[in-house]
Order: sequence, then structure tokens, then C-alpha cells
Amino acid sequence: MRENNKNSSQFNWLLKMAWRDGKASATKLSLFIASIVLGIAAVVSIQSFGENLRDNIALQSKSLMGADYIIGSDKPMNDRVTAIIDSLGGADSREISFSSMALFPKNGKTKLMDIRGISGGFPFYGKIETEINSDHDFEGKHAALVDATTMLQLGISEGDSIKFGEVTLPVMARLKSIPGSSSLFSSIAPPVIVPLSAVEESGLIQTGSRIDYKYYFKSTKNEDMDQLDKKLDPILDAEDADLDTHKSTSERLGRRYENFGRFLNLVAFVALLLGCIGIASSIHIYIKGKLRSVAVLKCLGASRKQTFLIYLIQIAIIGFLGGIAGTGLGLILQQTFPLILADLLPIEVQITFVPGAIVMGIILGLVMSILFALYSLIGTFYVSPLQTLRVQENESGTSRKAGLITLLLIFLFIFGFSYWLLQDWQHSLSFVGGVIITFGILAGASRLFIFLIKRFFPKNAGFIARQSLLNLFRPNNQTLILVLAIGLGTFLMSTLYFTRDMLLAEASLDQQANSPNLILLDVQTEQAKDVAQTVKNQNLPVLENIPIVTMRVAELKGRSSQELKNDSTSTINGWILNHEFRTTYRDSLISSEELISGEWIPTYNGSEIVPISVSEDFSKDAEVTTGDTINFNVQGVIMQTEVASIRKVDWSRMQLNFSIVFPQGILEDAPQFRILTTKAYAEGDSAELQQKLVSQFPNISVIDLRQVLSVLEDILGKIGWLINFMAFFSIITGVIVLIGAVRTSKYQRIKESVLLRTLGAKGKQIYKIVALEYLYLGLLGSLTGILLSLLSTSLLAWFLFESIFVPSLIPFLIILPAISILVLLIGLSNSVAVVKSPPLQILRKQAM
Amino acid sequence: MSKILNVQNLRKTYSSGNNELTILHGISFEVLQGEVFSIVGPSGSGKTTLLGLCAGLDQSNSGTIELCGTNLSNLTEDQRAQLRNRKTGFVFQDFQLLPTLTAVENVAVPLELQGNKNASKKAKILLGKVGLGDRVHHYPSQLSGGEQQRVAVARAFCNDPEILFADEPTGNLDEETGEKITKLLFDLNKELGTTLVIVTHDLELAKKSDRILRLKGGRILETELS
Repeated sequence: MRENNKNSSQFNWLLKMAWRDGKASATKLSLFIASIVLGIAAVVSIQSFGENLRDNIALQSKSLMGADYIIGSDKPMNDRVTAIIDSLGGADSREISFSSMALFPKNGKTKLMDIRGISGGFPFYGKIETEINSDHDFEGKHAALVDATTMLQLGISEGDSIKFGEVTLPVMARLKSIPGSSSLFSSIAPPVIVPLSAVEESGLIQTGSRIDYKYYFKSTKNEDMDQLDKKLDPILDAEDADLDTHKSTSERLGRRYENFGRFLNLVAFVALLLGCIGIASSIHIYIKGKLRSVAVLKCLGASRKQTFLIYLIQIAIIGFLGGIAGTGLGLILQQTFPLILADLLPIEVQITFVPGAIVMGIILGLVMSILFALYSLIGTFYVSPLQTLRVQENESGTSRKAGLITLLLIFLFIFGFSYWLLQDWQHSLSFVGGVIITFGILAGASRLFIFLIKRFFPKNAGFIARQSLLNLFRPNNQTLILVLAIGLGTFLMSTLYFTRDMLLAEASLDQQANSPNLILLDVQTEQAKDVAQTVKNQNLPVLENIPIVTMRVAELKGRSSQELKNDSTSTINGWILNHEFRTTYRDSLISSEELISGEWIPTYNGSEIVPISVSEDFSKDAEVTTGDTINFNVQGVIMQTEVASIRKVDWSRMQLNFSIVFPQGILEDAPQFRILTTKAYAEGDSAELQQKLVSQFPNISVIDLRQVLSVLEDILGKIGWLINFMAFFSIITGVIVLIGAVRTSKYQRIKESVLLRTLGAKGKQIYKIVALEYLYLGLLGSLTGILLSLLSTSLLAWFLFESIFVPSLIPFLIILPAISILVLLIGLSNSVAVVKSPPLQILRKQAM
Repeated sequence: MSKILNVQNLRKTYSSGNNELTILHGISFEVLQGEVFSIVGPSGSGKTTLLGLCAGLDQSNSGTIELCGTNLSNLTEDQRAQLRNRKTGFVFQDFQLLPTLTAVENVAVPLELQGNKNASKKAKILLGKVGLGDRVHHYPSQLSGGEQQRVAVARAFCNDPEILFADEPTGNLDEETGEKITKLLFDLNKELGTTLVIVTHDLELAKKSDRILRLKGGRILETELS
């Protein structure tokens, strides 16, 4: 009992000391808090929003799909599937959909649209939303609901009409949303909802058309969706049909957005790490300033543990408060995300507080502060009370072993946290590796810079130049921490800029070169000649006339696709066995292709087995190489083939690329359709051609690559905005770390500046010394960051996008000077006090 | 009178690069309870090193130190800290107040470390005794040098030490203030019966003590009665 009282009074004293000391050091400590607040805010906001998104997708899964489950296929249902549908009590609603050019007779304008013919009261969950809640009874009124944005763009109003194929329907309302329409796809082919009978009347359902058939079901009782999925999906799969339950769809969608969320989380985590480096550096200097007090306390009888605990408690409280403040800010930021991301999300996200993220934010603040301060805190253990009598400048600080253990703990924590975010130990290890390499390069650059300055020090330069350079490597210099902070922020920003620039440049390069920008799909073989003539009549060239033959894989290396599907040990990618391949035949390679193995066979020589060429991706996913046999089902006819060559295909090029290419002389008589391409220089030419084609050949769809490009630009712009937003956190954290570092270095250097003032240095001279020093630091940090981003973008281009990266000058011309000037201004603003106040007053103030 | 400090054959060396520098060569002396004892000598003679060793702030290479009946060489660093907290007081040349604590908080620290609940009350009484009753809540930076040293003296007596070590207590003060501090130190010493060990350059101050130990080059020149 007595022991307990003693312990509690000891702890109270430690708390009291931590509070007294912290209170008097509030200004210095506020910067530590600020650096952790932003990092935590970034992580908490992204984490909470991600959770909200996932929960909302799960909650709204039925309204996302509009039904409990769907049986779908890209061909009409066969008898077996029909029997299954019947056994389920028959579908409650049906849909046939396809992309087609639609004509608006009012002004003759045309557009590629997603025509969705529906019967039977779909959707059962969620609703069709139209502007001004108008009438939805498109079935009863035999009318169309047309995408609102398209109507606005093309100047169409309610009561006008829309024509696709042979059918003309009145437009009854402006469609805002309907379950099952993805917003991204809608940008390219906006939806039109029509009665199912209208689709059948249109005459557009013919060979080669890409048509989706869907049967919607409403579950009457609490049917187990997982059980249904498990039971029916394999059977339907064998018949080239799919079962999608609202649960599986929401899970798939959730996973897709989760990956994006994880990436953002990592960016946020980098911001937090940056804040932690700031903390480590500031605490190091802070504790260094406290060593004298530690010695006095020890001299007066405090134990090593007591002095250690005083500062540990202080840091823990700061971390805890930083965690709370950061979490609060994160929750405020979370509210803004739906506004930024509205167009990219499949649903309207209801923002709620996520307790898990809140707890995580607070704990993260506490743990990371302690962890990153630990190395400096351990230093208090080694302070001798003799320091009260005689200051020993070179007294050894923390032991090597303690330092290594702290470092190990930090990396374990970073790894653990990344694992928690990514749920994959290899990715987490790569992330930690990436962090170490990036930090290592930045630290290496700053050390190299210091080495070079020492090696080639301009001994004959003027006092100001020498002094500013000396400041970079004097004891307690801030070079390393500032280069890390500035470098990392710049690195993130310019990598994002370069990547975005690369993707857009690639798309527009294809536009500028003599490559097609209009693609005519679904051209029937017998129409090809007339369509080509129509194009030529508009004074436009027919650049390509590509035959397309659809087929499925029937046998792979002697094993039937059904057998492979049933084999649970098979590692062959599912899409190979399920996909309907659109193949072509030609006698030469095209510009986006490169032969990597085997021999390119231009023409079929009549042998029993047909030599074909497959893409590298296909060969990997199907696990085939040259010499392996593949049998294809070409619309009922089995064709034996052998892989003669493997091609590397640049899929990122806006060109028609194929996984499978046949030689000439074998598929010419197979049922096929064609794709024609042309290039329209003016927008008017493009519109005119589209109008002509729609009226003469209603089954043909036209993709205008210029529109696709603008959609791509829009999407990249939005994603880029968000990523820049997160990078901005890193930069702001970097700036706070910078202010903190500059302020702490101010305490280090104030005596010297005051001494210079006392000896008669003019304010201008002190400003110049400081300005030059921070200009060097700003330039070095941002330049290293940009150079590092050149490297990372090149790696991204090489491995991920498989394209060539030509760096733009913008980061060098804008980001580099902007950040350097920012650093300079922060440095200067901190020297104002030294210059403007009398020397003695400042010295007295600093004694606090 | 019993011995409160007993130093025998004390030797202290420091390594400086490859050389070994001997600061103290086999020093032996004793201090009796209630005595005022001065250690004098020129700069570099080893006075401060000797004081540090006697107070348990550092460890010797050989020899023994018995402080208040306890052999210091048998103690760990934390045990020595506890001994200092219970039995000793310190006054330093450069005051060594904690800059982030007010005057009363500084004075109370040794008692607070003992878990004494009346630390603050006693600190205020002592500050009153040294003439700073109206400045108890001032921070060190808000006090003059003389005032800071008075706070340090109050702190040194706060835990009723058996022995008080003073390292050049007037070294950073002007003559008049120095005299006031000396008087304060001696008056409190007399009033509370504390043993006083002073390291000083100031021969006038040394002459006020009961005995003087003269050091030169790390060796005792003589021990004399003043």
C-alpha cells in the first residue's frame, strides 16, 4: 500500500515536471505537434473515407445493381441456361444492351450511345433518376430516357426524338442515373433507356454486334446469395453465361476502389513519415538543449529513469495531442472528398465517422512520436551529472546498440503499418524498401553536397559567401533534414506531374501523328465496300480495313477448356478460357508490335495445323509458348492451330491491337465483320461523316478518339487532382518540418548572429548569409527530388506503362524555383528577429 | 566530531588522445561534521575534479571516498543520485537553475524527488529567508545573477543536507553581491549546522573557513587552519 502511494506520488511528480518544462517550451513544441498533425490528418481522412466508400458500396449493393442477382451473357441464352432461368421461377426483368450510334433527327446530330432495352419493371432496388422527377414509364409510353448531359450537349429537349437502327422513339425525360450504368463508361457511351421491344425492332441485333443479354431476378425470400453463386456459377460458366449477385458485384467494386484507396493511403503515410522525420530532428535538437537540465536534475538526485521518463511523458503527451488534432482535421477533410471525387465514384457516399480510423489516428500519433523521439530520448540516460561542473561537448550520446534497436523498431513499425494497409507482405516489403532507397538517395545527395563543399571550399570568396556555405556543415546543421523534407515533397509532386504528363502526351501523340482518330466498328463484310466509299466521298482516307473473326479457346495443349475450368490445380488465367476473342488475319506486323520469339508466318500454306501469332500477355496467361497447340471454336467449327510466334504488343497505343493474329489465307471465308479507321482533321468533318454513316448504316458504331482523349484527360485530371491534394500534404508537412528545422537552427545560431551584430554586422549582411544558405538548401532539395522523380517515372514508364518517357521542363521551370523561393522566404522570416532587435534582448530571450 | 567526508589515495586520470592525463595524484584528506572546508588552488590544479568526485558526480580511478559513512565506489549511479538527494546540497558558479522552472519550483525539486508533499511550502519559506519572497514565481531569465544564486542557495539548503558543496559560488558575481551570497551561505550553514565544502579562487572567502586545502598540479600542497 505504502509502495503504491510512493509510486503514484513519483509518477505525479514526473507528470508535474513534464508539464512545467513543456509549458515553458510551448513555442518550440508547437511545431512538433504541427508536423504530426498534418501527417495524421492525411492518413485518417483517407482511411475514414475508404471505409465509408466500402460500407456504402456494401449497403447500396442492391441499388447499385438494381436486382438481387443477374444472369448475363454476351450471346442469346441457350436451352440449358433457359432451363436454369425457368427453374429459378423465371426472370423478373430482361435487358438487351449494346453500343450503337444514335441520331437525333431534330438537328441531325449523332452520338455513340449505350442502348439499354428493358422490360419487366427493372430496377427493383434503387431508382431511375430523371431531372424534375418526370414520368418514367418508358415501356408503357414506348419512349426513351436519354442521358441528361448528352441532351444538354446536343441541344435536345423532351418531346424530340431519337433514332437508332430502324426505330425512332420520342425522348420522354432527361436521365440522370440508373442502376447498372458505370459513370466512367457513360462518358464514352452515355446510356439511353428504351423498351425491350424497341431494341428488337431496331434490326441492330446481328452477327458481329457486341450485345449483352441480362436476366434480372428479385429474390422473394432471404435466399443465400453465396450459396446460389457457388451452385449456379460453374454451371452457367460452362454455357458462357455468368451469375452476378448483388453481393459479389459490390465486393468486386469495393476491391477495385480499395486498391485506389490503398495507393492514396500510402501517399498519406509518406506525408506522415515526413512529419516523423521532422519530429525526430526537432526532438533531437530539443533534447540536446535539455541535457544541461538533465545533468542538474541528476545532480540533485534524480535517477536516470526519472529524467528519461520526464521527457518521454512530454513527448507522449505531444504525440497524443497531435494525434487528436490530426484526427480532427482528418475528419473535416474527409467531408470534402465526396465533392472532389463525385464523378469517379459509383455511388453517393454518406460520410460517417469511422471509430477504427479515429482510434488509429490517435494511437498513430502517440506511437510514432515516441518511436521517432526514442533515439534522442535514450541520450538522456548517458548524461553525466558532472556536466553541471564542467561542460563536456563531446560526451558520447546514445550507445550504438540502442540506436540500432530504435532503428529496427522504426522499420518494423513502418512495415507493420504498410502491411495493415496493403495486406500483402511482399508489397509492404517493397514499400519499406522504396522508402529506404528514396530516403537513402536524398540523404546521400546531401552528404555528397557537403563533401563537395568541403573539398572545393572557396577559401578566397567573400565573407558572406563563405559564411553561408560554412553554415551548411557546421555542428548542428540542418542540411540533411531539410534536403530530406524538401526533396521528398518535390519528388512526390514532380513524379505525379511527369506520370500524368506522360500518359496524356502518349494519347495526344497518337492524335497528332498520321494515325486514325475515328474508328468504325461492327461493319458487316458486305457493307465494307460501301462504308469505305462513304468515307472517301467525305474526302477522308480509309486508313485501315481490319477483318475481325470471333472465336473461343476450345482446347489448350490437348486439354479441353471445360477440363481446364474444372481442374482446381490449373493456373491458367480464367479469361483465356471464358473470353470471346476478336482475332484478325494479316501478313505483316504493325508499328505497335515487336516479335520476341518464334517466326512470323505471313501466309497460310495449307498445312493441317494453322500457325498463329499470340501476344506476350496471352502466352503468359495461357501458359503457352512457341510450338504449343491451341484449338479454337470459330463459331461452331473447330480449328487446330499452333503458336508460331509471340509478339510484344504496346497496348497503351491508341491503335487496334490483337492478342491473336492469324496468317492470311485461312479465315477469309469465316463469318466476320470489319473495323475501318479514318482520320478527320476538323471536328465538322467528323460530325458530318458520323451523320452520313448513321443514316446509311445504322448498325455501325463510331468511336471518336478525340472524345475518348478528352474523357481520359478529364479522368486523369480528377485522379491527378486527388493525388496532388495528397502530395500537397507532404509539401505542407515538409514546410512545417522546414519551419521547425529553421527555427531550431535559429536557436543554434542565434548567438553567432548576435555576436556578428555586436561586432557590427549590418542587417543586410546577416540577411544575405541566411538567404544564400537557404537558397542552396532549397535548390539542392528540390533538384534532388525532381531528379529522383525522373528516375521513378522512367521506371514506371518502363515497367508499368511500357512506354517511352520524355520529361517535360515544367517541374524544372516551375516546381524547382517555387520551392527554392519558399525555403528562402521561411529562412529569412526567421532571421527578422535577430536583425531588428537589440542583441542583448535576444540573448536574454533565448536563455528561456 | 565525526568524519563526514573521508578521502584516501584518490587518483583520477583522463585520456586525451593517446595520452593519459593525471589530474589528481593520490589525494587524501578528511572533513569533519559541521566544518567549513575550502579547497583552493590555481586553474587546472584539479579543484573542481576533486569536488565532483567527493560529491559522487564522477568516479575515481583508484582510492576511496566515504561520504556520510557510505563508500561511494560501491554504489551504482542511481544509488549515488539517491545519496546526493538525501544528504548533499550544491551551489554552482553558474547557478545551474532549470530554465523552464520558476524560482519556487527550482527550490522544491530536491524535496519533490523525495516525495515530500510540503516541498513547495518549504521552498517558499527558504526563498523568503534569502530575500526573494516576492519573486517566487519568476523564471531564472527574469532574475539577476545575484538573485539566481540566492535561489540556488535556497535550493541547496532545501533538503536539509548534511554536507553542502559549493563550486566557486561567487565566481560569476560582482564583489558586493558576492559578499552578500557568502554571508547568506555562512549564516545558513551556522543556523542549520551543515558541513560546507567550498572550491574557490577567492582567498578572502577561503580565509573565512575553518580549514583550507591547497592544491597544485593535482597534489596537496598543504592543509592549514585559517
